[in-house]
Amino acid sequence: MAGPVIQTIDLTKVYPMGEYSITALNRVSLTFERGEFAGLVGPSGSGKTTFLNIVGTLDTPTSGQAIIMGTEISALSPLEAAGLRRQHIGFIFQTFNLFPVYTVYENVEFPLLLLGLPPVERRRRVMEALEWVRLADRARSRPTQLSGGQSQRVAIARAIVKKPAIVIADEPTANLDAENSYNILDIMRELNQELSITFLFATHDEKVIRYLRRKITLFDGRVAKDEILETAATPPPVT
Amino acid sequence: MIGFIVKGILRDRSRSLFPALIVAAGAMLTVFFYSYMQGGKNNFIETSARYQTGHLKVMTRAYAAESDLLPNDLALTGAAEVVYSLQAGYPELIWKPRIRFAGLLDVPDENGETRAQGPINGLAVELLADIRNENQNRRNLPEAEILNLEKGLIAGRLPERPREILVGSVLSSSLGINPGDRATIISSTMAGALAIADFTVAGIIRFGVTPLDKTMVIADLEDARQLLDMEDTAGEICGFFPDFFYRPQLAARLARDFNAKVEERAGNAGEDPDFLPLMLTLGEQGGLGDMIAIYDIYAFVLVAVFVAVMSLVLWNAGLMGSLRRYGEIGLRLAMGETHRHLYFSLLGEAVVIGLIGSVIGTALGLAVSFYLQAYGINAEAFTKTSEMMMTNLIRAQVTPVSYVIGFIPGLLATILGTAVAGLGIFRRRTAGLMKEFEA
Ligand SMILES: Nc1ncnc2c1ncn2[C@@H]1O[C@H](COP(=O)(O)OP(=O)(O)OP(=O)(O)O)[C@@H](O)[C@H]1O
Ligand SMILES: [Mg+2]
Repeated sequence: MAGPVIQTIDLTKVYPMGEYSITALNRVSLTFERGEFAGLVGPSGSGKTTFLNIVGTLDTPTSGQAIIMGTEISALSPLEAAGLRRQHIGFIFQTFNLFPVYTVYENVEFPLLLLGLPPVERRRRVMEALEWVRLADRARSRPTQLSGGQSQRVAIARAIVKKPAIVIADEPTANLDAENSYNILDIMRELNQELSITFLFATHDEKVIRYLRRKITLFDGRVAKDEILETAATPPPVT
Repeated sequence: MIGFIVKGILRDRSRSLFPALIVAAGAMLTVFFYSYMQGGKNNFIETSARYQTGHLKVMTRAYAAESDLLPNDLALTGAAEVVYSLQAGYPELIWKPRIRFAGLLDVPDENGETRAQGPINGLAVELLADIRNENQNRRNLPEAEILNLEKGLIAGRLPERPREILVGSVLSSSLGINPGDRATIISSTMAGALAIADFTVAGIIRFGVTPLDKTMVIADLEDARQLLDMEDTAGEICGFFPDFFYRPQLAARLARDFNAKVEERAGNAGEDPDFLPLMLTLGEQGGLGDMIAIYDIYAFVLVAVFVAVMSLVLWNAGLMGSLRRYGEIGLRLAMGETHRHLYFSLLGEAVVIGLIGSVIGTALGLAVSFYLQAYGINAEAFTKTSEMMMTNLIRAQVTPVSYVIGFIPGLLATILGTAVAGLGIFRRRTAGLMKEFEA
């Protein structure tokens, strides 16, 4: 696809709070090209999650535009928004949020079921995704039998199994120790480079920031800084 | 996707076991109650048919109009001929001439003075003709069998000779009579004169049907004809389906056919219309049709109540379930599943649960019903004071409907409950999802 995968123009989100209101995003204009590995940083309450929510078509802006994969989202019906998410957007959450009663394999397979892919194709893709996150041998395990790091790797496999254009990850390392954090960051960077999936993070975590190739600092709902980090490729320090 | 749903149900017991158990319980109760009510209904239809109405009954029009009064002066004359023509025209039924009469039973002491006396309802049937095998040439079942006399006999024997009678158990004890005793029947003849004759009590009979036990005296038809001066006459000719299964539609058709033929013939002959024979179905007699209809409405209401109650329970279960599955539902929405799809997948789960629960519940309900079909429940406490023609031992009856009726509440309630509870999905906004998935 030509053009940016995400483009926002004067994106504004205001939460009415009775008498007054909170401006969570204030005229944010950002553009992300295919294959970026970018992160939003900034103090708590600066609007990072709000931005990801809108870009992920889970919420709509108060004003301004968000154009995702060429589609302006504020005009989308819930049905169309769901279609966009189903096709193009993968989510990774702070808490891993796997389906507890399903196996690792079935968890990863779910997005493909929604897309209605044939069984053989699903199987190939699920195993491929599990190999990316190095959990092919745990395909039959249940989420409760996995460590936090393994769970988040399953969540990554589930997010990328449909080869979406965009993966949105809100604080993906917040519940992980350093080793596991680096582990999943490595995997995500690999996926980013090999499959040119755009990764968009919201994070406070220095370890994540170390991996970013683009760091956008939000402050009070505005873009305070937008920098390209040349050092991003350096391997993580051994812990 | 169906595989995904089924796996989820099977593995998540709180999603399957609890609702399935409720469904099974509801289906079981429905099947059981339905079968039990059918048993009750059939009990009372069959009892009425055997002792009172037949499945079809032929009387004169005048007799039919006042049949409560047992107006023997309006009885059918030329009974043998009518019986034969019925037998020829409707050979699929067993036709039995009977005479009913009201009267007194007078029990004398050694000196011939009245010792005890009580009102009776006499039923005169072809007891001795059956014994003499006079009815062999036509489709026949002895009256002794139709009236279950052998089974009900608690003392003495069945009549074997003229002038022998059977007396209902309650009546016999209230009058203090025993087999072998002599008793006098006092009634009025067809012409309205005093009818009086001595009989021997051959046996005491317990029908297990309260109104019969209190007043019934059974006599031989020929004896009654002599007593009441009713030569070749019958108050009524009852028709029975040999398997004693009442077929309302077929009965109605036969009656229509018969009555139309009588009408046609009468038009030509110009007979007195009051004395023309009239065929009535069981349902047309004594408001039985209404009672059957009411019974059926009860059964319907019962099932409806079960559906409603179970729907409420399952709706609640559904609400609890979707509360517990709040995370899963949000996640699926985030992954791009549409609200509709999610809703229908929950409904799909409900169908599976409903089916499994209904099958289990129906199996259990049928098991209980079959048991009660074989052994019955003694409902004497309830029927003791009742004037219903119903035996005290009520057996369940499994009908084809018993096999499917449990699925109505089972499936309907599950689907309804889920359909209502699941509507919450459509109100679920996706805006807060990301926050929900923060720790
Ligand atoms: N649903 C809401 N209703 C009202 N105010 C909201 C809502 N969601 C967010 N806000 C407000 O919007 C602002 C931005 O919130 P947001 O969650 O985007 O911050 P954040 O940068 O993700 O913070 P953190 O780093 O703590 O996750 C905050 O002031 C928050 O209180
Ligand atoms: Mg946040």
